Amino acid sequence: MAVYKRTYTGYSGALTPPGSRFLVLPRYSYERLFKSRFLTAFLVACFFFPLLCIGYIYLLNNLTVFQSIGLPTPSFLKIDNKFFLVFMNFQGALAYILTALIGPNLIAPDLANNALPTYFSRPFSRTEYVIGKISVLFILLSIITWVPGALLFVVQVSQAGWDWGTANWFILRAILLGHITWILLLSLISVAMSAWVKWKVVAGALILGIFGIGAGLAQIINSILRTDYGSIIDISRIMYTIWSDQLGLEANTGLESFEAWLGFVAVCIVCLLMVERKIRPKEIVR
Amino acid sequence: MSTGNSTVIQLENLSVTLGGRLILDHLSVELKGRTIGLLGPNGAGKSTLINTLLGFYAPSTGTARVFGHEVRAETRIVRSLIGYMPENDSFIADMNAVTFIRMMGELSGLPPETALERAHECLFYVGLGEARYRKLGTYSLGMKQLAKLAQAIVHGPKLVILDEPTNGLDPPARRRMLKMIREMRDNAGMRIVLCSHLLRDVEDTCEEVVILKAGKIVHYADLEAERSANKRFVELEMVGDDEGFASAMESLGATCAMAGKGRWKMVVPAEFNFRDLYQLASDRDLELRRLNYRKDTLEDIFLKAMAQ
Repeated sequence: MAVYKRTYTGYSGALTPPGSRFLVLPRYSYERLFKSRFLTAFLVACFFFPLLCIGYIYLLNNLTVFQSIGLPTPSFLKIDNKFFLVFMNFQGALAYILTALIGPNLIAPDLANNALPTYFSRPFSRTEYVIGKISVLFILLSIITWVPGALLFVVQVSQAGWDWGTANWFILRAILLGHITWILLLSLISVAMSAWVKWKVVAGALILGIFGIGAGLAQIINSILRTDYGSIIDISRIMYTIWSDQLGLEANTGLESFEAWLGFVAVCIVCLLMVERKIRPKEIVR
Repeated sequence: MSTGNSTVIQLENLSVTLGGRLILDHLSVELKGRTIGLLGPNGAGKSTLINTLLGFYAPSTGTARVFGHEVRAETRIVRSLIGYMPENDSFIADMNAVTFIRMMGELSGLPPETALERAHECLFYVGLGEARYRKLGTYSLGMKQLAKLAQAIVHGPKLVILDEPTNGLDPPARRRMLKMIREMRDNAGMRIVLCSHLLRDVEDTCEEVVILKAGKIVHYADLEAERSANKRFVELEMVGDDEGFASAMESLGATCAMAGKGRWKMVVPAEFNFRDLYQLASDRDLELRRLNYRKDTLEDIFLKAMAQ
């Protein structure tokens, strides 16, 4: 139908599968987010370290290169679980900054513009909405965390051989599990903060601050009660413990692995409850 | 798209309690009209009823059905059949109209290309064609109303719920909005629920009216039926010697009552031929100055309902 005719017709054509409609939200979010040059530049910068790591892996596996340029062979450098812990920490920190940049734009604008009734008057549930908003971060953070991490592992296996791969497969598991849990945690915190604070700047500050607040409170509890259990509310310690445990390293955070997982689950539940409380088409005034 | 003469909305003993307060109190009604007006003073429960039909609020007792689908059990189906134009601003201000309406179309299940095409069509249809690439936040109040209407119809719903659609519109824009509502009803075969404080708007567009007061239905009116029925009540004003006019009219089956000098009120039989009345007046040399059907305006109906 030509638009200039100004007529209206109904629609009886094919519909998209309901299960994939949540992906509409990330698509439109990216369209808006990448209008920011700074964000685009930052995302590109996030790939520098993985590229450096690929070069490093190549060099270490091809020591003749050192000899050919007259440098001594660095015997103390090894591609092992410690190397991947450094990688995970570095990319994890970048993911954290990216979350603080993107997170406030997720739900806060919809709440500020009272757009939720328009979303939920369609065959689109609250759960799909939250999954859609989480997937905005999940997809983007995956690209800078576990995807390059897995690529590094593949590059190392291709250079060092299958024997190295079979002996160190737990590193791949740690990269996937560690980074996916980190992304999940960041996404949930971000969605929860964005849902409760309408002002983007404040929401961004809260996303950044919640880690500092948690660490500070943990320190206070540990000092006053002379215990290590306070660390269970320190999100960065929780994640470091989980990552170290997965990579078979000692974390020295004062937390046992199961305590870290307990803290992780607790934070996720609190965030989900916050989101559940706030993401409603209409708020009931009591 | 034909919706036939099926029941659009069916409420059975529907109650909704929010925050411990009973907002809708055991509503039971079956609505079949092509355009249904929802009237009532502030706090009567109109918006709560709309929100319940959309599945936003859960009934505490009873059921609500839209086109036979139970709202709570089949929320997704019900919402796919409904287009909702909210009363307040409800969109993302820094998005342009095409993008926003396309996104809403896609969330309703339209494929991306179709959603884009229909977003353009709907914006042209509501009269925002030239402004469709402007950000929604820059729109005037009237334009925002039109954009809300466009997002409500982009996916081709069978039922459109319009919450105060003429709010903030100037008279020409209001007339255009009401014309569009009638067009959607007559040409696109949509059923429409119109919630408004403006009785004139409801009277101009609706076939059925439900009047709510304090969460209860205080009046249900089939305006179409009443309009037909009221054709039997006639008010007449004439000049001349009207002695014997009443008996002559009664011989034609009408019941007459004098309402003042030269003024009569009559109830005529359904099959009454008005040519006979003109002939009677001509034979008696009476000048007919006025002849009109007496009908209750919606305002009369509303005021009566509020007085209950």
